[in-house]
Amino acid sequence: MSILVDEKTRVVFQGITGESGSLHARACIAYGTKVVAGVTPGRGGQKFDEKVPVYDTVEEAVKKDGAEVSCIFVPPVGAADAIIEAAAAGIRLVVCITDGVPVIDMVRVRRFLEGTNTKLVGPNCPGVITPGTGPSSTGGCKIGIMPGHIHKKGNIGVLSKSGTLTYEAVGQLTALGIGQSSCIGIGGDPVGGLDFVDCLKLFNDDPETQGVVLIGEIGGNAEQRAAEWIKANMKKPVCAFIAGRTAPPGKRMGHAGAIIAGGKGTAAEKMAAFEAAGVKVAPTPAEMGSTMKSLM
Amino acid sequence: MKIHEYQAKQVFRRYGIAVPEGQAAFNVDEVPAIAKKLIDQTGNQVVVIKAQIHAGGRGKGGGVKLAKGGPEDAKAVAEKILGMQLVTKQTGPEGQKVRRIYVEQGLDIDREMYFAMLVDREARRIAVIASREGGMDIEEVAESHPEKILTVHIDPLLGLAPYQIRKLAYFLGLADKKETFASFAKLAEGMYKCFVGEDCSLVEVNPLLVTKQGNVVALDGKVTFDDNAEFRHKTLFAELRDPDEEDPVELEAKKVGLSYVSLHGNIGCLVNGAGLAMATMDIIKHYGGEPANFLDVGGGASQEQVTQAFRMILSDPGVKGIFVNIFGGIMRCDIVANGVVAATKELGLKVPLVVRLEGTNVEAGRRILDESGLKIQSASSMADGAQKIVAAIKA
Repeated sequence: MSILVDEKTRVVFQGITGESGSLHARACIAYGTKVVAGVTPGRGGQKFDEKVPVYDTVEEAVKKDGAEVSCIFVPPVGAADAIIEAAAAGIRLVVCITDGVPVIDMVRVRRFLEGTNTKLVGPNCPGVITPGTGPSSTGGCKIGIMPGHIHKKGNIGVLSKSGTLTYEAVGQLTALGIGQSSCIGIGGDPVGGLDFVDCLKLFNDDPETQGVVLIGEIGGNAEQRAAEWIKANMKKPVCAFIAGRTAPPGKRMGHAGAIIAGGKGTAAEKMAAFEAAGVKVAPTPAEMGSTMKSLM
Repeated sequence: MKIHEYQAKQVFRRYGIAVPEGQAAFNVDEVPAIAKKLIDQTGNQVVVIKAQIHAGGRGKGGGVKLAKGGPEDAKAVAEKILGMQLVTKQTGPEGQKVRRIYVEQGLDIDREMYFAMLVDREARRIAVIASREGGMDIEEVAESHPEKILTVHIDPLLGLAPYQIRKLAYFLGLADKKETFASFAKLAEGMYKCFVGEDCSLVEVNPLLVTKQGNVVALDGKVTFDDNAEFRHKTLFAELRDPDEEDPVELEAKKVGLSYVSLHGNIGCLVNGAGLAMATMDIIKHYGGEPANFLDVGGGASQEQVTQAFRMILSDPGVKGIFVNIFGGIMRCDIVANGVVAATKELGLKVPLVVRLEGTNVEAGRRILDESGLKIQSASSMADGAQKIVAAIKA
């Protein structure tokens, strides 16, 4: 078991012929992901790398190749529309990697998704991975831009707003011999898809997951809501890290959502909420793996 | 991106949002003519001189003053404000130099209120925030008297609905007179259209006021645009950006696609990814050091971007040591190494440099650094790297 995706998941890449889309589609295929189709409007009928059929629309990829999950590498100007197209075609999970999607577009997307069964991860995220049993964790399902080889199949869920900090946590876990059930980067934008609580629910219900590493950052209150939910519902140990303890207020720290506004959304506030909920907070980003280990 | 009050009001006018008459000035000699025009136009002897800086709290800091004695008095008041170093609770103790002022008509104020729209992250909707308490710090009101604030969420498929405008008007006490309600409805509708049409992330009017004549007018205007939407508003962004209000290094970084924030410490950081970059600052501080900057070179930076990033760190005279922390995913370690070497060859390396490389193409990256002949300490983990750089600058 795992959450959201596994080695049987059938994936379509939207924007497969673009520079990043093609690069990462290849890396995902090499990892073992079943990339059954690609979509680039105007390129229907072509083959990607002489193997993967390319269609003009997501609908065709669903009908002809049974695509169920989509991975989006469409530039910001068309990203929101790409998500809506995927949801309208009946895709059950959309992973949007694109960085720089206007927030008002995402407000509309979220409203549209309310009437569907589609889950969204991202945008501005590294994606979702369920490590496999092969060498360097291949044979699993990697949907996104994370380096596959640092993973190891196992029982810890990793959940994060940040890309590279997720790699850091995964690297530390793997070095300690601790494998991962699934890793999800939910992205750092103010309005996105699945949030911490949505993902914690999935990990809580997944029999294979025995603990969760949660990586948050300054801005908003998603971490505080996660802490409340953990206190009331979580049956498994959770270790957390919050990035941005030293971030100055009022400055956007890379991620559109990472900003301390009106004195709210500080790291201290979030760490206190987690501690009050019985979550162990890693004192430094170098101790995310060892803190998780101490809870097992 | 933040803009000035007078620019916000220009945008407001385009959306039919009522604002007082006024004109911006860049030197005091322009002021008497502007003041005379306003006085002639409105019949009101009072004009207001307002410092134009991006930070809030201008009134309390002495950046907003009335001139009651005609055009020459307006000039005298403007002389006090233009060029001053205005300190407000948002500028920090160093303050911000006033380079532009706004000359605005005086109004007969009946009552002041608060009215704003913003993106509510939790509700994933645009929210309208209204309060009968105007001119106050809204965060304080929210804290002490939450019942004095009304929040209304807008369905993006419907827009601001008429019943919501009525609800806001009842709450604000603007529904009694037909003309007042109509003037408020026009302002609220215009503001929502402006918010969506210009991709705002915040529009705040504090105070919103009712004049003695019963008109609802935006006396102040604070607008922040969503940086992600710049591609839809290239001309407007370019026209309204005030480089004097932005950190020159941050602006330069932005031009080459890097995310940079200046801090007050002395350890320069070059990191890939926003989360890791923040965490790197945190761990430097944990080991007793002070980061000089936040610098995210991003996921897929080119060698030129890395070179430019490293150049920026090297040319900061406050930097006494540098920590490069890379966990390569899409970012290849060899690209980072080449960028670091190229910038160093050009500018020289006079301070200690610690490099931690992990992930994609790590061996190639380490080899490039080894063969460069540069004096580099390599680190085996981010904790090791942070400790080494903190020790190096203290040595």
